Amino acid sequence: MADFLQFLFSGITVGATYALVGLGFAIIYNASHVINFAQGEFVMLGGMSAVFLMHLGLPLPAVIPLAVVATMAVGVALEKLAIEPARNASVVTLIIITIGASIFLRGSAEVIWGRSFHSMAPFTGSEPIDIGGAALLPQSLWVLGGTIVAVVALKWFFGRTRTGKAMQASAFNPYAARLVGIDQRFILMLSFALSGLFGAVAGILIAPISLTYSGVGVMLGLKGFCAAILGGMGNPFGAIMGGLLLGISEAMTAGYISSAYKDAVAFLIILLVLFFLPSGLFGKRRTERV
Amino acid sequence: MLLECENLSFHYGRIQALHDVSVCVDEGELVALVGANGAGKTTLLNAISGIEKLSAGLVRFSGDDITNASSHARVRRGIVQVPEGRQMFGPMSVEDNLMLGAYTRPKEEGGETLEHVLELFPMLRDRRREAAGNLSGGQQQMLVMSRALMAKPKILLLDEPSMGLAPKLVDGVFGIIDRLRADGVTIFLVEQNAYLALAIAERAYVLEAGQVVLQGSGQELIDNEKVKQAYLGL
Repeated sequence: MADFLQFLFSGITVGATYALVGLGFAIIYNASHVINFAQGEFVMLGGMSAVFLMHLGLPLPAVIPLAVVATMAVGVALEKLAIEPARNASVVTLIIITIGASIFLRGSAEVIWGRSFHSMAPFTGSEPIDIGGAALLPQSLWVLGGTIVAVVALKWFFGRTRTGKAMQASAFNPYAARLVGIDQRFILMLSFALSGLFGAVAGILIAPISLTYSGVGVMLGLKGFCAAILGGMGNPFGAIMGGLLLGISEAMTAGYISSAYKDAVAFLIILLVLFFLPSGLFGKRRTERV
Repeated sequence: MLLECENLSFHYGRIQALHDVSVCVDEGELVALVGANGAGKTTLLNAISGIEKLSAGLVRFSGDDITNASSHARVRRGIVQVPEGRQMFGPMSVEDNLMLGAYTRPKEEGGETLEHVLELFPMLRDRRREAAGNLSGGQQQMLVMSRALMAKPKILLLDEPSMGLAPKLVDGVFGIIDRLRADGVTIFLVEQNAYLALAIAERAYVLEAGQVVLQGSGQELIDNEKVKQAYLGL
């Protein structure tokens, strides 16, 4: 039982990170049908810039917003400099551009910060909390709490604000969205800023648990992509569930079978989903009536 | 003139869909555009809305050249289209759909216009919390029309409002068009149902294979032998 709890805790912690990354995929996909393979680099940039700012001696409450804003700025720059000039290109071309951008961002990070691993101090102590014989790191609570805040904020944004509704509307029907006067370029820019935000939050929250380095975004990006597919591409809240499910299955596999298979789980799940449930667990419901 | 289109040409790839189309609509007028399926009617409306990029020609609105203006800038100026085919935001509530119609206007004005629009379309009031996708076909057409009114249009571009509706509903839609006209809304009406459109229009154009082949007052066109044969089935 203690083992199970232990695996569950670590699964949920990692899963929350996947969820945030998956959310970023879903938001950009909704705005443009582009799968942004630079999503993982947003996670890396969030974590790395937080570590860097900490080294400069800034306090944590200043580090977090600065690192998030810096990553959002990179997201907007990516959209303005790489995606927008190719706006009329096919979706596949745009996806390839994001792959190029991710290589560029990773390379730049290596030039700036080197290739070594960096650690970041936990937000509040490193003394594990004992729950039913399992150890829960205080940072895990930060990861979970941060994810919950991010999701609630996103739900509020989509459900209560005019800009959020405009973003939703653009995902449901881009043509009608243009006809009511929603600027699709603005929505696309906003989607990159938002997924930069969620990526950075994930990167900062997880940095004290798993070390961060310039290549950390590759695997996290792919896992987040799996989360988004599992939840149903284009469904932000499906991506959250997908991320948690993926994190837990990984932790269970690593615990009960072998940690050697941990990464394989994600890709096995994605294959199964694509074969048997191509629109994911919570894929877009169609409510059109003729 | 409120809206002037001069020599508009448009290409889908290598196929030319509009050839030197010139139409104009004066303030307060109801002008109809009739033509068969594939004549380029929707393309013309989308060009006026700024959705399609013209290959040649000039669009002027209230005297300003808006040929290169974006679609959202045109909505802001008051050019609002009611698209064909119930283009709504299906999973969102009826009220959200309507409020998005006022997206280009100051936030505080939306609520007031909403009341006004719901008076015009009372059945939407009862279903304002429901998902738009759950409305019946006729109700969806009403929703898309009322969403356009939420933008306080200076000119309303109506694309096939009678399409796919039962005759009784068609009467309802045209009743509303009549009422809007009485309220002073300028209307550019595109219809396949030529008789309906010509009967209420002050002036009309006939579009054939991307070209304006006839124009005149609504009555003149109803009496025109060619129109009678080709579009009225007389």
